[in-house]
Amino acid sequence: MMGQTRERRPTNIDMGSLFAYQFPLPAVTSILHRISGLIVFLMIPLLLWILDQSLSSLDSFEQLQECMSGFVAKFILWGTLSALFYHLIAGVKHLIMDMGIGEDLSGARVGAWIVLVLSIFTALLLGAWLW
Amino acid sequence: MVTNVTSLGRSGLYDWMIQRATAVVVGVYVCVIVGFLLQHPDLSYEQWKAFMTTTAMRIFSVLSFIAVVAHVWVGLWTISTDYIKPMWLRLSFQGFCAVALFMCFVWAVLILWGV
Ligand code: HEM
Repeated sequence: MMGQTRERRPTNIDMGSLFAYQFPLPAVTSILHRISGLIVFLMIPLLLWILDQSLSSLDSFEQLQECMSGFVAKFILWGTLSALFYHLIAGVKHLIMDMGIGEDLSGARVGAWIVLVLSIFTALLLGAWLW
Repeated sequence: MVTNVTSLGRSGLYDWMIQRATAVVVGVYVCVIVGFLLQHPDLSYEQWKAFMTTTAMRIFSVLSFIAVVAHVWVGLWTISTDYIKPMWLRLSFQGFCAVALFMCFVWAVLILWGV
């Protein structure tokens, strides 16, 4: 009895061996939700700058279009918006699960797949829209 | 119940609710902007400005930005309490976020009411 409890006792694992595990998809989409939220937060100044330039005057509006036509600028904007839409899609899934829908293991897997497919799709659409 | 002075709603349950309510507001706002952009593929400056400076859109924009500030505050609070263990570092990070969010908010209001 004692021996059994000992063996089943949870142990802490260090960061190194943590990455040796194969993470289930819902774990991956969950941490991406956190990372994407952080990215969007860091990019708020960029988005506000774009808003400012787009509204200030006709001149600044055209300057912005000029500035946003380069590859690097487009790529940064694409990354930011993709992160925003990933966060939004995963966020909606989060809210749906908070209502108690799809909370079991298979539901979590299906939900993670839907999030992944939808967000890749929107990232592609965003790319098509920007280029 | 565990309470923490730096949490926004003084309890995890309030923070949880604030984060969800604000998520819905920001989500709807993003959809409205996307919807407008989709309806105007060759957007001109006049169209864009006319849309964004209507009183309804100005109020909605500011409301959404307030929602973003609250949402991000709760979010970053969660992240910082998860990963940053030394208290001085955690509080510095939270202080930095508070100042940054406040500055962004003032900037957003100036943009929206400046034009
Ligand atoms: C400017 C836009 C946004 C920013 C900067 C942002 C940022 C963040 C951050 C940093 C977190 C904390 C992540 C965590 O606790 O793991 C978070 C959590 C969350 N976000 Fe957002 N967010 C934004 C918009 C949205 C939208 C549009 C939605 C949904 C429709 C959303 C839904 C959520 C949800 C449900 C959580 C809670 C996650 C949890 O409890 O684990 N967010 N957000």
